[in-house]
Amino acid sequence: MSSEVISSGHSACAGCGEIIGERMVLEALGKDVIVCQATGCMEITTTPYPRTAFKVPWLHVTFENAASAASGIVEADRKLGRNTTVVAIGGDGGMMDIGVRALSGVMERGHDLMLVVTDNEAYMNTGIQRSSGTPKYAATTTTPAGSVVPGKREWKKSISRIAIAHGIPYVATASIGFPEDLVAKVKKAQGIKGPKLLHIYTPCPVGWGYDSSKTVYYAKKIVETGLWPLYEIENGKLTISQRPTFAPLEEYFTGQKRYKHIKPEHIKEVSERVKAGWKELEKQEKAGVDLMLLP
Amino acid sequence: MVGGVVTKVGSLDSNKTGSWRSFRPVIDREKCIGCGLCKKFCPDVCIEIKDKKAEVDYDYCKGCLICKSVCPVQAISSEEEEK
Repeated sequence: MSSEVISSGHSACAGCGEIIGERMVLEALGKDVIVCQATGCMEITTTPYPRTAFKVPWLHVTFENAASAASGIVEADRKLGRNTTVVAIGGDGGMMDIGVRALSGVMERGHDLMLVVTDNEAYMNTGIQRSSGTPKYAATTTTPAGSVVPGKREWKKSISRIAIAHGIPYVATASIGFPEDLVAKVKKAQGIKGPKLLHIYTPCPVGWGYDSSKTVYYAKKIVETGLWPLYEIENGKLTISQRPTFAPLEEYFTGQKRYKHIKPEHIKEVSERVKAGWKELEKQEKAGVDLMLLP
Repeated sequence: MVGGVVTKVGSLDSNKTGSWRSFRPVIDREKCIGCGLCKKFCPDVCIEIKDKKAEVDYDYCKGCLICKSVCPVQAISSEEEEK
């Protein structure tokens, strides 16, 4: 059995959220597509040479240059008069850390391609090392939680804000817990000329230490708490896709081993930041500020 | 210069991942309404909707039980696999 874009038999872990996100994106884009994949879980689990789970043209080069490779394909296609959708896709490691220069380069040069970040908040493929996408207080193998330091000490980096700072026409956040919203955003982005970036939340049962059946639970819960805002920024104008119910953060943290050590004061700090962040988001939406013009 | 080329698409389906499973999802055909939510979220693309009922391909199902947790009518239960 299989879908139109990917077959069964890949070796992503049981309950993998990232492969759900990757499939949702590719199914929404259709068959006329070329995929450039950064190194990461989605590369090693789908394409152990000489076999592949993909049913669409797919290219892997290195960890850092999925976006650059995609920009080359776009320009070659343009020269040949083709109109294929080109997508560069990678995890938080491949797109927010190691590949961020290539990502920034293609956004600044304005190539007509899709950039997709499937964010599972650490380097899961190599054994759960922290990345710039790892949230504050999450324990990873390189930010272990002990009696003095409670996991990662820094806040998560906002790749969507970095993207909009390049003045690109479309930036959106999504979660695999809300597939209709995700698919609508992918399709909208596909119809826009220029670089567009989608930041997708994809839970990881192995890296976060939760029961594999709860992937979709966490993908929904984080949106309900307000910790993962769903919005899109079209031509600099921000629109919130869904308002959170501000469900207690405990409902999200509980059951994840990476947050096992978290204390009420940490939750309070995160909660205050979520509230302040939402105030700012709503202000920006209401005022209709052109985020591309912000210096 | 090309490193390696794979020409047979979807060829990884020869890798039968069903052997990974510790728990098996079991679908109650009476309760199943064929909504397809389980199919939408299955990481292993091994659920099909046939005659408005969900069917699991146990050759590939790794037993994550996401299907059980998203089913809106509790039509999916789980059984421990025997050795």
